[in-house]
Amino acid sequence: MRIGIDVGGTNTDAVLMDGDRVLATVKTATTEDVTSGIMAALDGLHRQRAFAPAAVRAVMIGTTHFVNALLEARGLAPTAALRLCLPATASLPPLVDWPRRMVDALSGRAYLVHGGHEFDGRRIAALDEAEVRRAAEDMGRHGVRSVAITSVFSPVNAECEVRAAEIVAAELPGVAVSLSHEIGRIGLLERENATILNAALRELAARIVDGLASSVAGFGITAPLYLSQNDGTLMDLDFTRRHPVATLASGPTNSMRGAAMLSNVDTCAVVDVGGTTTDVGVLRRGFPREATTEVTIAGIRTNFRMPDVVSLALGGGSRVRDDATTGARVGPDSVGYELTSRALVFGGDTLTATDVAVAAGRAEIGDPDRVARLDRDLVRATMDQVVAQVADAIDRMRTSPEPLPVVVVGGGSVLLPDALPGAGSVRRPEHFPVANAIGAAIAQIGGEVDRVFAIRPGGRDAAVAEATQEAVDRAVAAGADPATVRVVDVDEVPLPYLPGNATRIRVRAVGDLDLAYPGGTGAAVPEEP
Amino acid sequence: MATTKVSFVDVEDLPDIAAGAAILGTGGGGDPHIGRLLAAAALRRHGPVRLVGLDDLPSDAVVLPVSLMGAPTVMVEKPPSVDQVALVVDTLAGYLGRAVTHIACAEAGGVNSLIPFVAAARLDVPLVDADMMGRAFPELQMVLPSLYGVPTTPMVIADEKGNRAVLDTVDNHWAERLARSATIDMGCTAVIATCPMTGQQAGESLVPGTLTLCRELGRLLRTSKAEHRDPVDGVVTRLRGGRLFSGKVVDVARRTVTGFARGEARLSGTDEHAGGELVLRFQNEHLIAEVDGVVRASVPDLLCTLDTETGTAVTTEALRYGQRLTVIVAPADPRWHTPGGIELAGPRYFGYDMDPVRFGEEP
Repeated sequence: MRIGIDVGGTNTDAVLMDGDRVLATVKTATTEDVTSGIMAALDGLHRQRAFAPAAVRAVMIGTTHFVNALLEARGLAPTAALRLCLPATASLPPLVDWPRRMVDALSGRAYLVHGGHEFDGRRIAALDEAEVRRAAEDMGRHGVRSVAITSVFSPVNAECEVRAAEIVAAELPGVAVSLSHEIGRIGLLERENATILNAALRELAARIVDGLASSVAGFGITAPLYLSQNDGTLMDLDFTRRHPVATLASGPTNSMRGAAMLSNVDTCAVVDVGGTTTDVGVLRRGFPREATTEVTIAGIRTNFRMPDVVSLALGGGSRVRDDATTGARVGPDSVGYELTSRALVFGGDTLTATDVAVAAGRAEIGDPDRVARLDRDLVRATMDQVVAQVADAIDRMRTSPEPLPVVVVGGGSVLLPDALPGAGSVRRPEHFPVANAIGAAIAQIGGEVDRVFAIRPGGRDAAVAEATQEAVDRAVAAGADPATVRVVDVDEVPLPYLPGNATRIRVRAVGDLDLAYPGGTGAAVPEEP
Repeated sequence: MATTKVSFVDVEDLPDIAAGAAILGTGGGGDPHIGRLLAAAALRRHGPVRLVGLDDLPSDAVVLPVSLMGAPTVMVEKPPSVDQVALVVDTLAGYLGRAVTHIACAEAGGVNSLIPFVAAARLDVPLVDADMMGRAFPELQMVLPSLYGVPTTPMVIADEKGNRAVLDTVDNHWAERLARSATIDMGCTAVIATCPMTGQQAGESLVPGTLTLCRELGRLLRTSKAEHRDPVDGVVTRLRGGRLFSGKVVDVARRTVTGFARGEARLSGTDEHAGGELVLRFQNEHLIAEVDGVVRASVPDLLCTLDTETGTAVTTEALRYGQRLTVIVAPADPRWHTPGGIELAGPRYFGYDMDPVRFGEEP
């Protein structure tokens, strides 16, 4: 048996699973301290289906706690960014282009010292260790408690970051150090931003992880505890303490993966219709397709790997207007959480998409008599518009002309019919209100390689094979059962202007968590330089 | 006497200029984001930049275009510095033995539309509202001043370490070749100052008004949504061009050939183009567009790929399956359609054995 828990901003959901079978589900309120909410959820599961704590083999937790902390700019540690770069990149120092509010929230300080590499691994300048020491002393004087270290081209050569980390650790014992090559990819400012956010979350991560561990242990569960990452794989508690940013997008990822598992498909579009918005994402072989563009979090540009999700201003609470010139219009505004007081079927005075769905006979919510006399043309036009918008979003997300199964979840999913144009029949899984917790419970262990290879003529296959083997090895080293490891993604991008036919190759492999394996870290092993 | 048109560009104008420059980048030119950040850093520190119209340039002015050379993928990891941009200007002035009175823009498309603002702010020199291409092209000699006998060199290339090289070459192709290898040794991003010219030569050979055009295009995209206007229509009208095709990207093939990103994208038609197919061939920038097997537009005209909904430019690197794009064509500066212009940047130079298809004269 395993337990999946999703700690959201509002609700804490939990599921008890045996293999692919859902044994119990529970929804409780998230508490300020997180811990008591989890205790309540575990109690709830136990009441529904008594289980021996010792029979639980693993607990997987997904949480939006860290992304919310960033969005609300609270609980962030005083953080310094140290860049190893001079004489390059001085005009765009760390924290450039950050909203003032965020810089203040982490009392951000920036330091530049000599160091870093060129694209081909040559040095820009030797690391100036004395400068690093002086920077560390200054950080100490200013009460910095967490340091983000970024070296130019560290994804090619990380030696400067590793050495600077040793110096900072010696000068400032007890201060957390985050290294950019473990966090992001090529793109200096975006990778550095991600590393600074990670650094700012380190203290919060330590607190939350301790809380999670003690609440699970307090229930008598001795099984290992994991957190789910942005890409749908797991990390252990120690890795989570060091890399809290790896959880930032785990919410949508878990929801999509959970929905797909419940529907028994691994390549599909997932449509999550909420009260205000509809999110459409795509799973390919069980994992979300990642966005290729920069992702902005709390106004800060990063290059995290985030699931590619299209959001529509369309949901169960969307207002519906009958305009004389343009006809029926759905949204973009919504009555949101006031649906149950403002919608017509609940005795309110505002026409919403839910009212129209009830009038169309797609749902039985509230009092259908209140919408019985709605204009039939308006109902038809509104429903057609909803379908057209969703079908269009799904079509945009397709990656190939092959038909793509569609899984529909969320409280507002009653708006959608059982078939969509261009998509065929839609699946509506059971238990979808706890899809996030199920997504966490089924998370796997991953390994990844992302490197620039110089490909000689005829050498492409060998380079891809080398990268693939490394990715598989990493997944196994991280604790995946070797018999279950498979390659889920191979991506090749030729880099223009670089000599020697340079091609960036990215390979990702995943496997089931090997519960018998003692040495696994439960996390992707960072690439060695 | 013509009225003097002097305007100022400040930090808040830069996002519009960057968005407009991405359109004139015709799929290439590099992401203007880094250029915008650098220009913002320079303007915040040194104040707004004075923009001077081409007509108001004294004939004895010493005009110097500055730009970046290198790989966009490297530029995002090792962005150049403000002082590096200023250094090439000072160095070339030293070689010429004359002070530079005006900075100019080499390429109005992509990241290079923003770099001259860095030099102008840092050196407190006015910037000419014009550029050498009216768009983006991949090689140094692909500039209109080449048609007027203005050589690429003497030029200066500099890295962030303080290394500088002055190149004075026998012809423009040698300049491209030597500068390209120096760029790689300098870590694949370098700042260059090329084609020093007089005010009179600039007046004859540059494309006027292209920096304010970038700003207008950017503003158009920003305001269209709020004013419920179709941004693509706005761009097409402003560029006096036409819509070529609207569709969805169904295939993208890329390969690196001799240091350039070549490839093609295939679009399947939507709306009024349903059932049709467009093939775009690119080498950093878009070169040729074929609709249902017939070439409908080509270099030297501008082929821009815009997001159908927002009008935002989509670069060749960012092209991917499923995007909804509208491909528009806009006329290049007429001088690009002279025999000399076509020799420099027509389809044959890029390896396509065909005459250019000019906007307004399509088959």
